[in-house]
Amino acid sequence: MSVAVLGVGMHPWGKWGRPFLEYGVAAARAALRDAGLAWTDVQFVVGADTIRNGYPGFVSGASYARALGWSGARVASCYAACASGAQALDIARTRILAGMCDVALVVGADAAPKGFFAPVGGDRPDDPDWLRFRLLGAANPAYFALYARRRMALHGSTPADFAAVKVKNALAGSLNPMARYRRPVTAEEVLASPMVADPLRLMDICATSDGGAAVVLTSESYARRHATRYVRLAAVSTVTPVFPNTVLELPDFATDSCAAVPAPERPFRAALAHAAYEEAGAGPRDVSLAEVYDLSTALELDWTEDLGLCPAGEADKLLRSGETALGGRIPVNPSGGLASFGEAIPAQAIAQLCELTTQLRGAAGARQVPDARVGLAANQGLFGHGSAVIATT
Amino acid sequence: MTYAIEGWFTVEEDGARLLGTRCAGCGTVCFPPRHGSCPNPRCEGTDTETVRLPRRGRVWSYTNACYPPPAPFVAAEPYEPVTLAAVELDEVGIVVLGQVSGLTVEQLAVGMELELTSGPLADGPLVWMWGRAS
Repeated sequence: MSVAVLGVGMHPWGKWGRPFLEYGVAAARAALRDAGLAWTDVQFVVGADTIRNGYPGFVSGASYARALGWSGARVASCYAACASGAQALDIARTRILAGMCDVALVVGADAAPKGFFAPVGGDRPDDPDWLRFRLLGAANPAYFALYARRRMALHGSTPADFAAVKVKNALAGSLNPMARYRRPVTAEEVLASPMVADPLRLMDICATSDGGAAVVLTSESYARRHATRYVRLAAVSTVTPVFPNTVLELPDFATDSCAAVPAPERPFRAALAHAAYEEAGAGPRDVSLAEVYDLSTALELDWTEDLGLCPAGEADKLLRSGETALGGRIPVNPSGGLASFGEAIPAQAIAQLCELTTQLRGAAGARQVPDARVGLAANQGLFGHGSAVIATT
Repeated sequence: MTYAIEGWFTVEEDGARLLGTRCAGCGTVCFPPRHGSCPNPRCEGTDTETVRLPRRGRVWSYTNACYPPPAPFVAAEPYEPVTLAAVELDEVGIVVLGQVSGLTVEQLAVGMELELTSGPLADGPLVWMWGRAS
C-alpha cells in the first residue's frame, strides 16, 4: 500500500519576511523539477494551511494552485496544527491509493511572526488556546518545560543532556543548506543562554521560522514509468489520542481523568509511531534514521523512546554514546531538526519527508546516513494532532 | 471579586475549589467542567453533575515564564516570572495546570504536595492558583 515520492523540494528556512506563498511556490517548483514533471502534470494539489497569514492561508491548496497558474487540477486544503503537512500527505496518498489520480503535489509553507506564538486575536474565551494565555500565561515553551522537568524527575536527565541534544543537532544542521541555523554550538553556549521556561533555555527551544516544503507523490505504476528508482511512502499515521489521555497536551488546562477508565497501553506519541510501524510492516529495529519533532531538546529524548528506538529512560544514554548522532547506529534528526530549522508549522512535516527521501536516495551529502533503507518521521501539535511517517527504499 | 472565568472554580469560606463535572453514566470526572457529553468514547451519558474537585494534589511537573507571555495575558509591571505547576489531583486522577502563588521554581519539586488557592491576575480578576499545602 505504498505510493512513490517522486520529487521533493524546499525553500530555505529563515526569517525572510516575504509572503508564505512565495516559499510554497518555490518549494513546489523545486519538487516538480526534482520529479521531472511539469505543474500541468499534477492532477491533485493539497495545501497544508497556515492560520497566521489571512484567508489565502486557510485555503492554501487553492492559493498555491492559483499562484502556479490555474490548471484545473483538483484541490484540497487542510489544517491540523503541527501535523498539517502530514495530513496533507495522507490526503494525497489516499486519493492515489484509491486509484483516483496518479500525480499529486503536496505543499506547505509559513511566514511566522517573531517571538512566542500567540493565539489568534480578539476576545475569545471559548477557545482554550486563547484562554490558556489569558488565565495562565502558558505559552508553548511552558508545556515543553513541563515535559522536560518531568523527564528530569522520572529519568534523571540533566540540563547538560538537553544541551548535548542541541550540540548534536546544530552540528547536523551546519551541514544542511536548507537549515536556518548553520553554526555549530557548544554545550557551554547552550547552558549560558537565557532561561526561558525553567529548565529550558533559549537554545533548548525551537524558533519560529519562515520556510516552505513540497513533495510530488505518484502511484507506483506511474513512478515505474518515469523513474528507475524511487522512494516509497509506506505509512502515514495520523491517529488521535485514546481516552483517557493522561499527558497534559497543548493547549489544555488538564488531562483526562484515569479514575473511571484506566490509561491506554500506549501514550499518544508512542501510539502515533506504533500505527505507522503496523502500516509499514516494520519495527524500530528496521529504522535507519528518524526525524522527530524537537520542539525542545528534551522532547527529542522523549521521542527517541516513544518511537521504540530505546527503552524508556535510556535516550540520554543513547545520546551520550553518540548513537543518535550522524555516524551513530540510529541517527536522530540528521537534518538538524527543529533546533536548526525553527518551526514553519505547515511545512515542517513535509520537510521531514524531504529529509527522509534525500537520505533514502543516498543524496544527503555530508550528513548522509550510510545505507539508509527505512526512515521514520514523527510530529505532534496542538489539539490532539500528530503524525508518524515511514518511507522506505 | 470578579472571577476571570465563570464556573471553573469557586472561592468559599474554607478556601478555593476547582469545579468539575461527573458523568452520571460512567463516573468520569472532567476539568474544565464539561456539560452534556462525556469524554469517554464508550459512554453515551449526557447527564453530568457539577462536583467540587479535591483541593490537594501532587506536583506532576512545574516551570515558569521568564519573559512576559503575549496577550491576552496581562503582565504585571515590573514583570516577575509567572510560576506554573501541573498538579495531579488526589482521587480523581486529573492533572490540572495553574499559576503558582507564593512559590518559585526553586521551591518546587515533582511529587510535592500543593493545595488550591486563588489570586488576582495583573488586571484584577481572580484565577485559581496552586499554593503551599497548609
